[in-house]
Amino acid sequence: MDVRKVAKLAHLEITDAEVAMFEPQMASIVAYVEQLNELDTSNVEPMLGGLTAEGEKTETARVDVPHESLGQKSALKEAPSAVGGHFQVPKVL
Amino acid sequence: MKEGWEVIIGMEIHAQLATETKIFCACATSFGDEPNENVCPVCLGLPGALPVLNEKVIEFGAKAALALGLNINETSVFSRKNYFYPDLPKGYQISQYDKPFSSDGTLTIMTAERDESGRAKEWKPMTIRIERMHLEEDAGKNVHEGLPETDKYSYVDLNRAGTPLGEIVTAPDFRSSWQAYDYVNHVRRVLQWVGASDADMEKGNLRCEANVSVRKIGQENFNNKVELKNLNSVRFMQKAIEFEIERQIAAHEAGEIVSQETRLWDEKNNQTRVMRSKEDAHDYRYFPEPDLQPLKITQEFIERAKSEMPELPDAMRDRFMSEYELSFNDASQIVLDKSLAEFYETTAKNSGNPRTSANFILSELTRELNNANKSASDSPVSAENLAELIKTLDAGKINNNQAKEVIVEMFASGKDAATVISEKGFEQISDTSAIEKIVDEIIKNNENQVNAYRGGNEKLFGFFVGQTMKASQGKANPKIVNEILKDKL
Ligand SMILES: [Zn+2]
Repeated sequence: MDVRKVAKLAHLEITDAEVAMFEPQMASIVAYVEQLNELDTSNVEPMLGGLTAEGEKTETARVDVPHESLGQKSALKEAPSAVGGHFQVPKVL
Repeated sequence: MKEGWEVIIGMEIHAQLATETKIFCACATSFGDEPNENVCPVCLGLPGALPVLNEKVIEFGAKAALALGLNINETSVFSRKNYFYPDLPKGYQISQYDKPFSSDGTLTIMTAERDESGRAKEWKPMTIRIERMHLEEDAGKNVHEGLPETDKYSYVDLNRAGTPLGEIVTAPDFRSSWQAYDYVNHVRRVLQWVGASDADMEKGNLRCEANVSVRKIGQENFNNKVELKNLNSVRFMQKAIEFEIERQIAAHEAGEIVSQETRLWDEKNNQTRVMRSKEDAHDYRYFPEPDLQPLKITQEFIERAKSEMPELPDAMRDRFMSEYELSFNDASQIVLDKSLAEFYETTAKNSGNPRTSANFILSELTRELNNANKSASDSPVSAENLAELIKTLDAGKINNNQAKEVIVEMFASGKDAATVISEKGFEQISDTSAIEKIVDEIIKNNENQVNAYRGGNEKLFGFFVGQTMKASQGKANPKIVNEILKDKL
């Protein structure tokens, strides 16, 4: 398990000490989940969406009619930094 | 292109579907509002908010797919595409991955290489494979200009976040920049035609990317491809591809490695430049979106969508060529715009003269529409009125130049053909007895010329025509004037 790569993809900064600590922990988690591979699932459909067959009946689509949105003021209220109606973030490309 | 080389191009087009609201929430998709007005917990990615699919996305997606020759899949699955960027509040984009909405299409487009001045040489059909069109949400917009301290900060507007997109991906089937150009125009037009998307590149609701590589002719494997972005118009795209072809061939010939990277078109300097290299290429870790059920499409739905499809522009062009005997170029011009095509067909039918209908529509009417920045659907001259004018012309009551003048006036005033013709006093005198009266008068008053003509000076015939036309203030039908003069002299 490449802990550094996972950390990078998750935008986490980790120290060498943490890498040493997490590596065996994550390996053991993966090994635990890998027990599932012992089961023969060749005839089992993957369950997507997380609902049972009954639950799937609740599946629905929405009509295309606009509802009131939050608006700029509410949307930016909790932003750490907002300027000129925009979220302000560190410079990106 | 340099002798001995060929280019391989694959296209990706993102088309915004023409819904009123976003794909997974009820925020409006309107363009040009104040920043961050049309946002809610779902499109802001607030914890606990859940997406619900907009039913119009399915309808417009189906129309787009059918217009592009794609097969609609009975089951498609939304997946999360994971990456971090400020315009993506959830940290993932809801897209489709291994089970897209539609796939395995073939599309026939018309394409032509262009000469130095950009004129099409020879139009030919070309069939390309469309691998898929999947459904996804758009990201927001990062703003880098016009706000304080843009050297240190970027700014985010999430109005666009969650707007529904169809991403259309082709196989690497294009072998020239003009083929890619004609393809994008084709897609734009059919999406507008079926009402699936406004497909306006200026507003950003149609965006395209080109994957370009070159290889020696005869070479089996592909070289590294470069992804071109920031192509804000079809013309820029075509130029960017041309630039890239030259750049890559030169690099290969110099023994350099063309690296797999993303390049942007820099329209100020007319060149492409690196945006990001493969080193920081993304690892998206797609997995099925647990908050949405797989999207099931019934056969009945697909059949109904097929039966509701309008006649597509290419089919209409071919029909106009056979039914109305139009040239390929004229028919192609007419089907560039759906409202123009409908206008033409009504005019052709009502006037009974498809040829003249095409001439007037493609020259006078199109010119007036362009000047007024209008489409045929809001033309002040109706198709029925234009047909009336053409019938008047065909009956010999006015001449061609007068008809052209009448169209301009009809356009400016909104009046019908008959009114403008009588106001301008254009109605020709075709009444034989009225013309005979004038001719008798002229023969009586010009005895010398009559004798000279009868004595063999045939050149004088023109003199009598001129006199008759003058006496009728130009309104006498010249054909009838000729007949009567010959008869009486
Ligand atoms: Zn929303």
